[in-house]
Amino acid sequence: MSLNSPYLRKPTSVTRVMAEVLLALVPAIAVYAWFFGVGILVQIALATATAIAFEAGFLKLRGRPIGRSLADLSAIVTAWLIALAFPSIGPWWLVVAGTAFAIVVAKHLYGGLGQNPFNPAMVAYAVMIVAFPALMSQWPGAGRLDAAAQLDLIFGGARAVDAVTAATPLDSLRTGLRAEGSSVNALLQGDGFGLFAGRGWEWIAVAFLIGGLYLLARRIITWHIPVAYLGSLAALETIASIAAPQSYPGPVFSLFSGAAMIGAFFILTDPVSGATTPRGKLIYAAGAALMTWIIRHFGSFPDGVAFATLLMNLCVPLIDMKTQPPVFGHKTKN
Amino acid sequence: MQRKLFKFNGGVKPATYKTDSTREPIKAVPLPAQLIVPLHQHVGGTPYPLVETGDVVLKGQRIGAADGNVSSAVHAPTSGRVVAVEPRVMAHPSGLTTLSVVIEPDGEERWIDCEPISLRAMSPDQVRDELRDAGVVGLGGAVFPSHLKLKPANGGTDTLVINGAECEPFITCDDLLMRERAEQIIRGAEIMQQLLQARRVLIGIEDNKPEAIAAMQHAVSARAAGSMEVVAVPTRYPAGGAKQLIRVLTGIEVPHGRRSTDYGVQCFNTGTAYAIADVIDRGRPLVSRIVTVAGNVERPGNYEVLFGTPMNHVAALAGIKPGTDRFIMGGPMMGFRMPAYDVPVVKATNCILVGSPELFPPPEPEIGCIRCGECARACPADLQPFELYWYSRAKNFGKAQEYHLFDCIECGCCAYVCPSHIPLVDYFRFSKSEIWARERQKHAADVARDRFEFRNERIEREKREKAEKLAAKTAASRAAASMAAAAAPAGTSDHSEDSKKALIAAAMARAKAQREAIAPQNTEALPPDQQAQIVNADAHRAAIAPADGNIAAQPTEKSPAEG
Amino acid sequence: MLSALLVMAGLAIAIGAALGFAAVKFRVEGDPLVDKIDAILPQTQCGQCGFPGCKPYATAIASGEADINQCPPGGEEGIRKLADLLGREFKPLNAENGVEKPKSVAVIDENTCIGCTLCIQACPVDAIVGAAKQMHTVIDQLCTGCELCLAPCPVDCITMEPVGETVDTWKWHYPVIPIRTAA
Repeated sequence: MSLNSPYLRKPTSVTRVMAEVLLALVPAIAVYAWFFGVGILVQIALATATAIAFEAGFLKLRGRPIGRSLADLSAIVTAWLIALAFPSIGPWWLVVAGTAFAIVVAKHLYGGLGQNPFNPAMVAYAVMIVAFPALMSQWPGAGRLDAAAQLDLIFGGARAVDAVTAATPLDSLRTGLRAEGSSVNALLQGDGFGLFAGRGWEWIAVAFLIGGLYLLARRIITWHIPVAYLGSLAALETIASIAAPQSYPGPVFSLFSGAAMIGAFFILTDPVSGATTPRGKLIYAAGAALMTWIIRHFGSFPDGVAFATLLMNLCVPLIDMKTQPPVFGHKTKN
Repeated sequence: MQRKLFKFNGGVKPATYKTDSTREPIKAVPLPAQLIVPLHQHVGGTPYPLVETGDVVLKGQRIGAADGNVSSAVHAPTSGRVVAVEPRVMAHPSGLTTLSVVIEPDGEERWIDCEPISLRAMSPDQVRDELRDAGVVGLGGAVFPSHLKLKPANGGTDTLVINGAECEPFITCDDLLMRERAEQIIRGAEIMQQLLQARRVLIGIEDNKPEAIAAMQHAVSARAAGSMEVVAVPTRYPAGGAKQLIRVLTGIEVPHGRRSTDYGVQCFNTGTAYAIADVIDRGRPLVSRIVTVAGNVERPGNYEVLFGTPMNHVAALAGIKPGTDRFIMGGPMMGFRMPAYDVPVVKATNCILVGSPELFPPPEPEIGCIRCGECARACPADLQPFELYWYSRAKNFGKAQEYHLFDCIECGCCAYVCPSHIPLVDYFRFSKSEIWARERQKHAADVARDRFEFRNERIEREKREKAEKLAAKTAASRAAASMAAAAAPAGTSDHSEDSKKALIAAAMARAKAQREAIAPQNTEALPPDQQAQIVNADAHRAAIAPADGNIAAQPTEKSPAEG
Repeated sequence: MLSALLVMAGLAIAIGAALGFAAVKFRVEGDPLVDKIDAILPQTQCGQCGFPGCKPYATAIASGEADINQCPPGGEEGIRKLADLLGREFKPLNAENGVEKPKSVAVIDENTCIGCTLCIQACPVDAIVGAAKQMHTVIDQLCTGCELCLAPCPVDCITMEPVGETVDTWKWHYPVIPIRTAA
């Protein structure tokens, strides 16, 4: 507690920032639940409870004030992002284990709030998709499962999976292109695809976009990362689809599929693990877009956003160091 | 009027709290029981006292003389009697004391004879000396001796900036001064312009002071000062920082460690301009200033305060409300908490901000930095405060300097916006003072090392020279002896014995003669008082001589530590 | 198999050569160890370590003849820095060498001084001015506080006075670290 100037403080806090982020996620969650059922709400509840429990436990172990640190809401943001990144019909322990790993290993073992070099939610996703690739790839189809079936999948251990689940649009597109040798246009006519991307998924992405614009308007995030990320990804997809229209679905499909939108506004913009200088943010986001594009089209995972984020997190210290903005009076050599 | 203005990055817009203290005109302050005038009120050397306890002084009489050119004089703020010249608590967050002249006013306010200074009759250097001896320093808060800044630059001064921006919340002393005494400020600006040979004068005033702008514009047109212009600048803290205001008005960015004169710009506070006009036109040295009293008081306002007046004496006039827990000198963004309520008003005191827990609640506890970058967006010096915080916290001072720690102007914007409530400026102040301390230490060690090595070298050299001399001497005497031996009939041994004895005898005689020739030096033609001193010292030595004889043997016994 | 071995060996040779070249080409001329140690020592030149000055002590540390905890003026911080530099374990100051004291300077009582020059000869940094049968005085900015002048003074007119804090040397405190709950 400081007794020195400044004595005036702007009424702001980490709690407010995090609350704004949570608020911005609400539309997407609502759309998610509308199209795919209550599973996502259950997963969010599970993740939130796990995050709070482990955060409190580790704060106690580390001898930090529990109430005040929990009140910053950062653990809950991590929990919601994990729930949104994981399949909503995965077994309950999947999201619990992922959240616990994120809070304990990715956050507190590195020193807690503000000290983690990697985005905790993406660490959880990466660990779980490597450990349980099958479970992490079973997604609900739009409107296919009622609440009881979803709850049974989450808590009952029923894993008669293939009958009821679907691959994500990105996944089925790639599988289709690789295995069956069919063209993009033919595939996009198929079941599971909607107006301009995956059925249902496209509207969740739109909701993320709306939430992201809200964060921009509230000056929680700056324009650099979303613009550079979405812009670079769109540019790459445009070039690719012009060069090989049969194999690449084009920019609109790409931006509104998978985790591109949530990544651009909610994951890459995590200030703790992301770049902080204006130029650094552009480089960081453009790099993430390139990684996403490469992993999506040439890798073996269903989406590339998580790994792209983690890879770029690695580069953040270097990017920040090399992009320090010029200091007042040192801009020109005179 | 539509001048192109420039922008500085960052800055914040806290509530200004300025209206309450601008309702009434500047008020006078009754004389306090005692005035405590610290000799050191400015940047630079501490003036040496010119008065002693018991002296009677007149208002405006010099009581502290500038020590060297980077210093400034101090004057008696009123007529009265000096009751003490002693260390008193100073208006500084450290709570340390400084040599102060305590004056008991006689209530008559008798001035010294004030002679206006003619700019025509004096050379610019003489005018600058007059300003130094009149105690004129920057009254914006930096208190840098003004005469040092009033030299035209080598490349010529293009622009003189008069700083009336006054961006800190609560403070309105410059605002009121401009409203009420615009003409004299303009007159001061003219004198400065003349001394600096500046092409134009820009008077920057934040656009939330329309009355001040109008008054200053009126004064400029009344004096028909063609090269002067009053410019309204956008209200954004810290627009009143000298570098920020220069940037806004001229587009020039003056980096840390460079003087603005190198870029053809010089910047003065309105209060300083007013004081300079007082010195030149009325011959009155700087003995008072306008001080805003605001915060937890009944009637916030501005007062013309004599230096040395205890702060609580002034604040009491505004009615200190209950709950007061501190006095802050300066504004809420950059001000310092005073160690006591009765510290004196000094040249740097632009505001006595009366604080209370309700007005300035204790900050919420600091939590981890989330690198959100708010601080970097608010920083008017374009720094990355969170990186500086990181390195300062880890006491990695080298890295902090690499990230331009010393470009930080401690404006407080970063700490103001920090959502983690980190007292960033505290970390920076800590780092800066730690770095300075280490540099001092290192400098002292380097000097000691050099001197030690030089001394060793000198001792070696002296030894060597002695040995060489000795060798040369023995060689010469041997040669002489052998020559003598060769000349004398060889063979007789006592003959050579005789020659040796003769040599020794001659040497002894030489030594005796030398001893007798030694007389105390510089003792001829001394004035009688010095002669008396010598006699006294000799008597003193004679008195302690017996003890001397006893102790003289001791050092050799004590000396194993030396070996 | 063979080709793999050859590739690996070739790579090793190539990289090794590159590294070796870089080591020669971009060699950083480091301070010799003695100078690095000397830079940490406070340069008091007091001899409390048992060596006639800081440089000889630095030389002795570098050659392993002296331990790192023999310098009282350097204090605990100095020992820590030496331990860091040399990669050794920190150990408390050896009490035989003395105790850490606040920085002081010597002051000569000018009324008692007889002008014997003994202190001038003892001062390792030539910080005392004066001449035979003339009063001496200490230049306080240059005094290292080594106390070597105290013993030789035949009239015991030298005292050590601690250096007080002034506004110029006053330091801001390290901001209070966040409060932990009672563990």
